[in-house]
Amino acid sequence: MTVTENSLLARDVYRLRLAGDASGIERPGQFVNLLLEGFFLRRPISVFDWTEDSLTLIYKTVGQGTAHMSRLSPGAELDLLTGLGNGYDTGLSGDKPLLLGGGVGVPPLYALAKKLREEGKQVRAVLGFRTAADAFGITDFEALGCETAVTTEDGSLGRRGFVTDALPDAYSFFYACGPLPMLRAIWRTCKPSGQLSLEERMGCGFGACMGCSIQTLSGPKRICREGPVFRKEELPWTV
Amino acid sequence: MDRLKVNLCGIPLDNPLIPASGTFGFGYEFAELYDINCLGTFSFKGTTREPRFGNPTPRIAECPAGMINAVGLQNPGVEKVISEELPRLKKVFHKPVMANVSGFSVREYAETCALLDREPQVGWLEVNISCPNVHGGGMSFGTDPASAAEVTRAVKKVASKPVIMKLSPNVTDIASMAKACEDAGADGISLINTLQGMRISLRTRKPILANTMGGVSGPCIFPVALRMVYQVCRAVRIPVIGMGGISSAEDVLEMMMAGAAAVEIGAANLRDPLACLKILENLPGAMDTYGIGSLEELRRASAQGQT
Repeated sequence: MTVTENSLLARDVYRLRLAGDASGIERPGQFVNLLLEGFFLRRPISVFDWTEDSLTLIYKTVGQGTAHMSRLSPGAELDLLTGLGNGYDTGLSGDKPLLLGGGVGVPPLYALAKKLREEGKQVRAVLGFRTAADAFGITDFEALGCETAVTTEDGSLGRRGFVTDALPDAYSFFYACGPLPMLRAIWRTCKPSGQLSLEERMGCGFGACMGCSIQTLSGPKRICREGPVFRKEELPWTV
Repeated sequence: MDRLKVNLCGIPLDNPLIPASGTFGFGYEFAELYDINCLGTFSFKGTTREPRFGNPTPRIAECPAGMINAVGLQNPGVEKVISEELPRLKKVFHKPVMANVSGFSVREYAETCALLDREPQVGWLEVNISCPNVHGGGMSFGTDPASAAEVTRAVKKVASKPVIMKLSPNVTDIASMAKACEDAGADGISLINTLQGMRISLRTRKPILANTMGGVSGPCIFPVALRMVYQVCRAVRIPVIGMGGISSAEDVLEMMMAGAAAVEIGAANLRDPLACLKILENLPGAMDTYGIGSLEELRRASAQGQT
């Protein structure tokens, strides 16, 4: 695919738009795996939005690979595997689903919000960031008609605290993506059922190497293949 | 395409390309992308007697021109491999397959091999001796010629299929390891397994891998692998499968010029799921470029050069 835009959205956070065949993507919550010049392993990145022939990714520079990505210019060609992983199941949402995103866990929830809105669901979103300087995507969720709340750890934007400090009273199901401590807090706190998207360092991203396995209550699963999205009830976490 | 045909311990292969164990699962993920019957064969996921979850994550780190893994032999155990994986494998792959076996005691190797040897689709047993010997103070079977020979003898006693001993490169004298396996009755040698390595995160100042150390693979190890294959081919008379960082048709030819009868391709499959297919497509052209009529002819010429 060809890079059409690569712009800074927030501190260390970039939006990468690509043109080309993205028809392999079927569900929100799936990811792509990018091959970058000078790096052996691909970089798994979640999908913010897509059409048949375009793809939008939002990523944070956390290491050498993503730093290299941030220097890609429009016109650059990228080799990527698309449509990886299982993605979120909107069939489970009920009428009033709640979306909980933290930092670079927010992007896949946008594609999910879009689908849920298309299905006529009443969607609420709580987006958590470290500070106001790290925040992005809020107006995108609002533009979809989602009731959107924001939390920051220092209170510089929205409510001070974590996403679990801003949970609404009633919701039918939750969908979450973010850092592991946040997901564990959600798993502990949220009473209704939900789906959580996990991440891990991956070798292949398509199920061959067993590099990203986790234990679940129904046996070992590969985050890249049977995941990255898991049902709350599958995770063998403890309170 | 007869010019690509080779022979591995008496079993003909349409071509010398064999995806390496641990990088190809039981073939299903790749069979969704291309017809894997175009391959010579493949070595399936390392199987142990008991089910294993493997190491905690992170299990994967990157390095220049390669990667480090500490998966820790995750597999469902030999009984489930036979009852669940092999029937599924049979649907997507119709040639003899290579069964890769690991163990933590001589007895465990023999028991797992005996069970897999009975499976009609298993063509070869590839025995990974890089695992620690729990009865031998945890030292790897593959770092001691006497232990390697003991495993070889125990497996040969129960096996009707050719036994290929897969060597660890983390030794001082690879040729003596190969020789010990040959003298103990091995039908073939494959090498190299991964080289021990590690990475430290600059941010956390801690090892990236939860297991601290792991096995290095990918193009960065190719020259080391080639050197060891060359040395082993000059030390033994049994067929040798060369592997370690092969990522192009040219690498395949170089490995065969070192004396390998066939090659295994590992990390390249993880970077590009179509890697083996692309190497296969490029092989005839690379042979033309370097004046190689057939791989059998190349093998004979390399064998003569050894004397």
